[in-house]
Amino acid sequence: MANALQTNMTQEVAIQITAMNKWYGTFHVLRDINMTVQTGERIVICGPSGSGKSTLIRCVNRLEEHQQGQIIVDGTELTNDIKNIDKVRSEVGMVFQHFNLFPHLTIMENLTLAPIWVRKIPKAEADETAMYFLNKVKIPEQAHKYPGQLSGGQQQRVAIARSLCMKPRIMLFDEPTSALDPEMIKEVLDTMIGLAQDGMTMICVTHEMGFAQAVANRVIFMDQGQIVEQNEPREFFNNPKSDRTKLFLSQILGH
Amino acid sequence: MQTFVRTEMLTPQAPPVTERGVVKWLRENLFSSALNIGLTLLGIATLYYVVTLSLPWLLNGVWTASSLTECRSIIAQNAGPDASGACWAIIHARWYQFIYGFYPPELYWRPVLAFGLLLVALAPILFGDNARNAGLLVSIVSALTILSLFLVNMPMWLFLALSAGLILASYLAYTRLNLLWYLTLLYPFLTVWLLWGGSLWGQVSIMAGFGVLVAAYRLLSPRLGVPIATGIGVVAAVLWWLLLDDKVAEAMQHLIPLAITPIESDKMGGFLLAFIIGVSSISLSLPIGILLALGRQSDMFLVKALSVGFIEFVRGVPLITMLFTASLLLQYFLPPNTNFDLILRVVILVTLFSAAYNAEVVRGGLAALPKGQYEAADALGLDYWQAQRLIIMPQALKVSIPGIVSTFIGLFKDTTLVTFVGLAEPLRGITTIVRADINWKGVYWEPYLFVGAIFFVVCYGMSRYSLYLEGKLRTDHN
Amino acid sequence: MTLAADAPKESFRLGMLIYDTRYRSITIQVIVLILALLFVAWLVDNTRHNLAIKGKDIDFSFLWRRAGYDIGQTLIPYTNDSTHFRAALVGLVNTIVVAVIASILSTVLGVVLGVLRLSNNWIVSRLIGVYVEMFRNVPLLLWIVLIGTVFSETRPQPKDFKVVEGVSKASMSLWNSVAVTNRSTNIPMPMLDRPLPAVGGIDTSLLFIIALIGGCIWVNRLLLRRARIVQETTGIRPVTWYQSLLVLILPTVAALMAMGFHLEYPVFKGFNFQGGISFDHAFSALTLSLTLYYAAVTAEIVRSGIQAISRGQSEAAFALGLRPGRTMSLIILPQALRVIIPPMISQWLSLTKDTSLGIAVSYLDLRGTLGGITLNQTGRELECMLLMMLIYLILSLIISAFGNLYNASVKLKER
Repeated sequence: MANALQTNMTQEVAIQITAMNKWYGTFHVLRDINMTVQTGERIVICGPSGSGKSTLIRCVNRLEEHQQGQIIVDGTELTNDIKNIDKVRSEVGMVFQHFNLFPHLTIMENLTLAPIWVRKIPKAEADETAMYFLNKVKIPEQAHKYPGQLSGGQQQRVAIARSLCMKPRIMLFDEPTSALDPEMIKEVLDTMIGLAQDGMTMICVTHEMGFAQAVANRVIFMDQGQIVEQNEPREFFNNPKSDRTKLFLSQILGH
Repeated sequence: MQTFVRTEMLTPQAPPVTERGVVKWLRENLFSSALNIGLTLLGIATLYYVVTLSLPWLLNGVWTASSLTECRSIIAQNAGPDASGACWAIIHARWYQFIYGFYPPELYWRPVLAFGLLLVALAPILFGDNARNAGLLVSIVSALTILSLFLVNMPMWLFLALSAGLILASYLAYTRLNLLWYLTLLYPFLTVWLLWGGSLWGQVSIMAGFGVLVAAYRLLSPRLGVPIATGIGVVAAVLWWLLLDDKVAEAMQHLIPLAITPIESDKMGGFLLAFIIGVSSISLSLPIGILLALGRQSDMFLVKALSVGFIEFVRGVPLITMLFTASLLLQYFLPPNTNFDLILRVVILVTLFSAAYNAEVVRGGLAALPKGQYEAADALGLDYWQAQRLIIMPQALKVSIPGIVSTFIGLFKDTTLVTFVGLAEPLRGITTIVRADINWKGVYWEPYLFVGAIFFVVCYGMSRYSLYLEGKLRTDHN
Repeated sequence: MTLAADAPKESFRLGMLIYDTRYRSITIQVIVLILALLFVAWLVDNTRHNLAIKGKDIDFSFLWRRAGYDIGQTLIPYTNDSTHFRAALVGLVNTIVVAVIASILSTVLGVVLGVLRLSNNWIVSRLIGVYVEMFRNVPLLLWIVLIGTVFSETRPQPKDFKVVEGVSKASMSLWNSVAVTNRSTNIPMPMLDRPLPAVGGIDTSLLFIIALIGGCIWVNRLLLRRARIVQETTGIRPVTWYQSLLVLILPTVAALMAMGFHLEYPVFKGFNFQGGISFDHAFSALTLSLTLYYAAVTAEIVRSGIQAISRGQSEAAFALGLRPGRTMSLIILPQALRVIIPPMISQWLSLTKDTSLGIAVSYLDLRGTLGGITLNQTGRELECMLLMMLIYLILSLIISAFGNLYNASVKLKER
């Protein structure tokens, strides 16, 4: 195994992307993406900015539309069918670079909003789940504050808890630590590592190479809208095959 | 474990046919859903209605006729008895009144020159840091002014002299922009003289008052300090204006006569009047607004209370009450037998009015400054006024310019309200006079459209400029 | 060490008034106070002299004398025998009526336009863009004057509506219910066949209807609260919209039917229209132009307010599985309102002040009565202007006080 974490990888496919292409206007952002994610897998995507890595994971819960090819999430194909989109979105949680907490709602309300309105869970039960996950991310005492009163790291942990409250089967992370001050990055990464230990299927766009080495089963390197290289972490970092990967790694690791 | 290495990079492909071109644009922008299709149909119906209603009227318009009856008969002849058509002939016949009011036609060159010089004088303010843009503005303005001067009546020698002057100004704007600042400083006096005429010495001796102020300040400030020197300077200047001003001007006029035909204030009207009131009020109100904004930010209770009281009072009453104050009440507040020009009285009250609004805009600009700027200024050992002049104000004003432009747009539109104190502004004053003419009785759309179009061009242009500035500020700060 | 000995012995020197930070601010304030007092004294003295020269004094007793002029639109009892004070009051009511009606209409229209401006329908958003720019960049006065002129010069005289031998020169619009003449707009008046008996001059039918509507709204709120409780306990929100509709509409309609509701149409009799409700063109032109102008301003406020909510907010809501409708009502609108309401309040404030432009169509509002006819008749410029400015100021202060209260109550909590 690549790292110390236990992986209960089954042969069950969580996400299947086949020959997927996407354009912004005439700009070809994603080119012939093929990718399979098994349930329980933890994938880190990295690459220079503008390489299409964020766009790729945003396609997985259809915040962006793809124009060609197929994306199947948990057996549901993403098409224009609203029912399918709803189903996928309630199975897939997402954490954003800028947290995107709802500033007019308390932490508790942020956490219970979707379970109540989407999952149609009684409020008492939703509150209970919310407290459980707030404990899990280690900030139960902030439950009745507003997002603006929390630090960046705390906000990002709340955002993770908010996604978890929907009991997702897959979690997407879109550069979750790049808007944070250095001293707060660790608390968020620790939360994510805890999540990985629980066996969550994760796709994470990040430049935290330490995190990739500690947690990922597989690292994908993207450039110019295409997957350039993928491999298990040790091999990826110690023995990169492609020139672009080598260049990128030398820049990001700083030596 | 899936491993994968790409050996050959993919080249970008064109999007599939269904995802590009007109079809996609139409589908996304007009027909993406049932609601959208409904909106599209509604939009097209509205457009159709407006066009069918107004287009024939515009196209059937008549440009030359001597009365509305003649207009109508020409339209009936050309387009059939039931056709509707605009009678632009009224604009053709009376446009000069909408622009110049009752200014003597043979002297139109004076307002034209004043307006051209306004833009030239503004060039260093608008583009002080960019000689290329300033030069471009001044050249275009000079060219247009020369063209306009060519079209109005004036002596040939004067035309040639003024053209030469304007060409020189364009050259200076490109090469030595700083020299244009002198024109900017002289501009107010020059314009008052150009528009109202009379002896040049009157203006010169008023300017001399400022000279007295500056001289007193320069002489005394090293010995007595800035505040006392300023105080003495102001007192000296006021004494000059009250006691010596008139006499000196008269004496000089006797010695070297330098006068042009005087024009009474009641001859001012139309857009000329709107610009006089708008431009003078906004430029006078800006310094007062800055002082009020500083007063509102001040730690001194009394200064703050007075500023807040003034600002909130002015912002709480309609402009029209301020104008009535100018026409009805000012005579009570000033010493008996002071009786001065209605336009000047209106300018004073409108200045006070827009000063309160500018103060709020500048306060917003001050609030947007990071606290560190104040601390840095203190740390450099600058005193309050130095800090304001060198550090705080340049930044705060830059941020406030879009707001100030908006205030000016509002003020320029509001100059139409002076009609209610009997001044002949273009919208209601001139239009009422024109429509009272027996030949043009019954015309209403055309003059209002004409006046509205001019207002639209000026205000829309300025609001675009302010948007451009806002965009520029945003990129400057990032 | 002479230096050390000198330092603490600080005697007061005159220069310290200016250069010592302890005294400086006091000095400046004293000078400002003296200058301000001198200025005020100068104004008061001038005024006293000027009044003496004209043989006038300051006296508000004229307010209690007979006004002697008629007002076209009176919402509180008034005849030309009433006092000037009463006339001013009628004017104030007229000011407030136009301000309230135009505020409501312009807000509704502006919100619709602002939301449509953001729609991804190209043609509609462009059309509204043109509308907004057209109204914002032209003086409000132009719209008032133009609409007033169009009303009074293009519409037929009342007598043209007279039916002579089965024909009339002009006809009424909207199925013969509305007549727009060159003086006024006449619309049908709602009437009751069997009204409740009036008690002490008070229209009990109207009170009853208002109370009924209030009651219905209250019942509807109970209904919604119950729906929320059901949702909180079971997780499933019961469908309530048809119940709300029934509760809100049925009782009022039933009560109106029971009291014999019908419309009384305006009919041409003698020289003018009788029956129905008649709006002076002064009122209509002022209200209409204020509405159109401020709708354009409101549309811009609403558009920028909604745009100010970052796209991340709706993306986060979508990612949680919320549908666009719920995202709008639960996430975007509650936040956008906080951005929109403060500038809206200052728009309502400007609108209220701009009702004074009714002077262009001779609308008798506060400016028209107290600051117009009363001022001219009594020659009491100082008193009338002072009172008028004071009343406008109080109106403004009330509106901004509400604004500040609202802002304080919805301010987002931050660190």
